[in-house]
Amino acid sequence: MVAANSNSTHRAAHSQALGLRFLLLAALSIALLVVDHRDRHLDTVRKAIGAAVFPLRVIVDAPVSTWNWLAETTATRNELQSENDRLHDERLLTHARLQRFAALEAENARLRAMLEATEVVRNRVRVAEIMSVSANPFRHMLVIDKGSREGVFNGQAMIDAEGVVGQVTQTGLLSSQGLLISDPDHALPVEVNRNGLRTIARGTGAFDQLDLPFLPNNADIQAGDLLVTSGLGGAFPAGYPVAIVDTVIRVPQEPFADVSAVPSAALNQVRELMLVWIENTEYAVPVDNSDTPQDTSAESAEPVAQPNTENQGEAGG
Amino acid sequence: MASERAARRMPVILCIVAALMLTMAPLPDWADSFRPNWVVITMIYWAMLLPRTYSVGTAWVVGLVLDVAQGTLFGQHALALALVVYITVKFHLQIRVFPISQMTATIFAMLALYQFVLFWINGVAGINSPAVAYWGPVLTSTVFWPFVSAIFGNIRYRVHSRS
Repeated sequence: MVAANSNSTHRAAHSQALGLRFLLLAALSIALLVVDHRDRHLDTVRKAIGAAVFPLRVIVDAPVSTWNWLAETTATRNELQSENDRLHDERLLTHARLQRFAALEAENARLRAMLEATEVVRNRVRVAEIMSVSANPFRHMLVIDKGSREGVFNGQAMIDAEGVVGQVTQTGLLSSQGLLISDPDHALPVEVNRNGLRTIARGTGAFDQLDLPFLPNNADIQAGDLLVTSGLGGAFPAGYPVAIVDTVIRVPQEPFADVSAVPSAALNQVRELMLVWIENTEYAVPVDNSDTPQDTSAESAEPVAQPNTENQGEAGG
Repeated sequence: MASERAARRMPVILCIVAALMLTMAPLPDWADSFRPNWVVITMIYWAMLLPRTYSVGTAWVVGLVLDVAQGTLFGQHALALALVVYITVKFHLQIRVFPISQMTATIFAMLALYQFVLFWINGVAGINSPAVAYWGPVLTSTVFWPFVSAIFGNIRYRVHSRS
């Protein structure tokens, strides 16, 4: 409207100012990108904007949560009863398993005490609800409804009933972002439960596949092997199931075997997950690997480089 | 005076917020890679019509919010959105009078440029993904453009006839 009656010199000046402003903003964006990519010093800015976006997330999530609430409140008596029965059975089963577990834990503690080894770390978990899953197909990310107010920290492990889901990458005050183990940028240290063979499981960008790129052709691994977190790198507590080996292809002329695994956790179906706090440890390793030493206390006895794996990375992207 | 200006800006701000919400809304897996770039087409429309009020600065700030909402590198969407809006403002007098077919083609080109900037920054940062995956939003956004611009035109008409 205004542009219509402005004269041409005025317009030329305006367009020059526009170009200048764009160049400034472009330079600023590139500076932000470099700083953010090198080392994440922009957490406070992100947190501030994240807090502004939080109400929008709640509104966007409202239809889904209302639907869930409606489905729950209008469930028939039969459905509720059958679900109740199922849960009852499950509870009995898990209780039976837990009894054995308590005995085993006691025995394990006794044996460890006899060996004078360090006490096993105890993990505390807390349930968090997923608010949204990434809107970006190249990043497997989710947002949970717990933030730094509840003690969530960067690099914290997220698990579900079946196995490891991912880790927290960005802590907000009321909500946090997490990276799934299937993200192409995510790698976590695992070991084969059967024989303790240690390696790295890397995300592929598909929800139902992980890659194990650093296993030599003669490594002792076969389809059906359970992979559990090894606890190396410090981000994930040891012993949680990660994936089950799916295919092992050994090509004689290649140095590494082509091994892929299926994640145990239902990565694209979870609605709730658990956050794990490792207790009895005084350090928490953040995700970014720029300014943190590999390990400071409990893990330092374990060497990181393994004799049977050629290449060891670090947890997290 | 100030409150009148605020009242005139409110509908546009609501449009941008609605576009942000549509970007964050949950979608099934197969549809996710075809989610239109709602924020981009919204910003292009309002920058084209009111270039004095909604220019590169607004686009940059909205882009930063988009970066936080999507968890991408900080400044990625900001740079891409500022570039696209810069081109829009630069040529707004021409684009405004284009017939709908030519305008849609222009929008297609600008969305392709936007996605290319994202692709390029991802590539430099080492986030690799197949280039084909970037075309989905370009196509759907172009398809949605005539409808979105009709809705925005309606909103604009109402706001102006009221004041």
